[in-house]
Amino acid sequence: MVIGEAKPVAEILEKIKDFKKVVVAGCKGCVTVCNAGGEKEVAILASELRIARKAAGNELETLEYTCERQCDPEYIEPLDDLVKDAEAIVSIACSVGPQYCTARYPFVPVFPGLNTMSIGGAAEHGVWKEYCQACGNCIIGDFGGLCPITRCAKQLLNGPCGGSSQGICEVGKGSIPCIWQLIYDRLKNLNQLHNMQEIKLYKNWSTSRDGGLRTTIREELKQ
Amino acid sequence: MTAEYSAGSRLEKIFKSGQKAVTGECGPPRGCDVEHFKHKAEFLRGNVDAVNLTDNQTAVVRFCSMAAGRILLDMGIEPVMQMVTRDMNRIALQSNILGASALGIKNLLCLTGDHQSFGDHPQAKNVHDMDSVMLLHTVKTMRDEGKMVSGTELQGRPKMFIGAAANPFADPQEFRVIRMGKKIAAGAQFIQTQCIYNMERFRKFMEMANDMGLTEKCYIMAGITPLKSVGMANYMKKFVPGLDVPDSYIARLKGVPKDKVAAEGIKIAVEQIQECLAMKGISGIHLMAIEWEDHVPEIVQAAGLLPRPVVD
Repeated sequence: MVIGEAKPVAEILEKIKDFKKVVVAGCKGCVTVCNAGGEKEVAILASELRIARKAAGNELETLEYTCERQCDPEYIEPLDDLVKDAEAIVSIACSVGPQYCTARYPFVPVFPGLNTMSIGGAAEHGVWKEYCQACGNCIIGDFGGLCPITRCAKQLLNGPCGGSSQGICEVGKGSIPCIWQLIYDRLKNLNQLHNMQEIKLYKNWSTSRDGGLRTTIREELKQ
Repeated sequence: MTAEYSAGSRLEKIFKSGQKAVTGECGPPRGCDVEHFKHKAEFLRGNVDAVNLTDNQTAVVRFCSMAAGRILLDMGIEPVMQMVTRDMNRIALQSNILGASALGIKNLLCLTGDHQSFGDHPQAKNVHDMDSVMLLHTVKTMRDEGKMVSGTELQGRPKMFIGAAANPFADPQEFRVIRMGKKIAAGAQFIQTQCIYNMERFRKFMEMANDMGLTEKCYIMAGITPLKSVGMANYMKKFVPGLDVPDSYIARLKGVPKDKVAAEGIKIAVEQIQECLAMKGISGIHLMAIEWEDHVPEIVQAAGLLPRPVVD
């Protein structure tokens, strides 16, 4: 899923300081699962914004709504009724959400209320880790099912580098496992260490962001 | 290893003549103080066969290794230009390989480079379009097949003697030699190792390299960095991943009066050089006297490596 993390309230307050009435829009998708942009977080953020503005002697009215998803135009529609009375929107979906709001409401300012962190998953309660960089051409099958593009700081395809020590990457002050040690252990378990002995040549990055904005088309589903 | 030269650099000729080679290192400055750079390089003249020019080492901005290479050529000192894949994509890397060759640089060391989080611009974007193994393959393909990564034909091939680095002390230990073998298969003709302190572990690394036949295919240079002080030894041990400085060396440095610590550090380095040169499969020494270039003549002399061979 897409992992999000709330922006500092002060940063959001600065962006909306000139508005008296804003919509705070959440999303019931990924960001609800990672406790960053769901119904509960919408209520908390709206209340924090109101309290701070009241304390500053500049009261703010908030209108709250959590969309089924913000990455589908049809699920943005229910915001219409709120947005017509509001001066701005704060979306706490992943950054797709605010951009869909922008597309639907050409004359209303839209601000992101969270930072989109990664495509990842839960590691433990309250901890989420990155697993994918959406390079558009998945190669983890060659690496024991582990992704060196995302999980190696240098994106090596012929690792591990000299900075791998006792299973730990030199980047991250001891907090990051060396993915190449994990790939090595995994391939050893699978009796496939020979995979790591082969020279891996150039990756085609044109399927990644480097190739320009990506559009995924499934002809059979197009109407 | 044939007697035909792929680049004809002095370094390549010395290796191919069967003599032990010595390389030094000279880091370009964090500014454009050419005189300071030339001053440091002067200490290496005649004491080493070629001088490595680091490419923004530890991700700290310095003047570029290609410009440094041209300056050394003008001084009559042979450069080993280092290139890292951290800061440039395949377009820029290939462009610089061609440019370096056009300037007369004949030795190229291909590296991935230190991560930018260690440097003076930790907020920089890194590139990593390629890694060091791919860069080796790129240089070799450009030189031997006259083709770029894209397959485009080159007009004029870069004649480079190709090098790579190896760290025998990182993990997984049993994979380090295999990875060096990948670099050799990709195009590396010489290897300069990470600074060696743990001689026992290095000996095992070399035994594996010999067993795998790698020392028949490639010239391996033992990396030596003299310990200038107890503080430096402790720093290396604690903060440089995979660099296990044995306590015995630290004890030796601590065991002499303060004004003799540097001399003891040099003595250790000389012992290490001699021990490495005695190992089967070692073709030379890469002496990285970091900001201690003025001590290089003394170390090389004490190690019995002077005068340096003259080649045509």
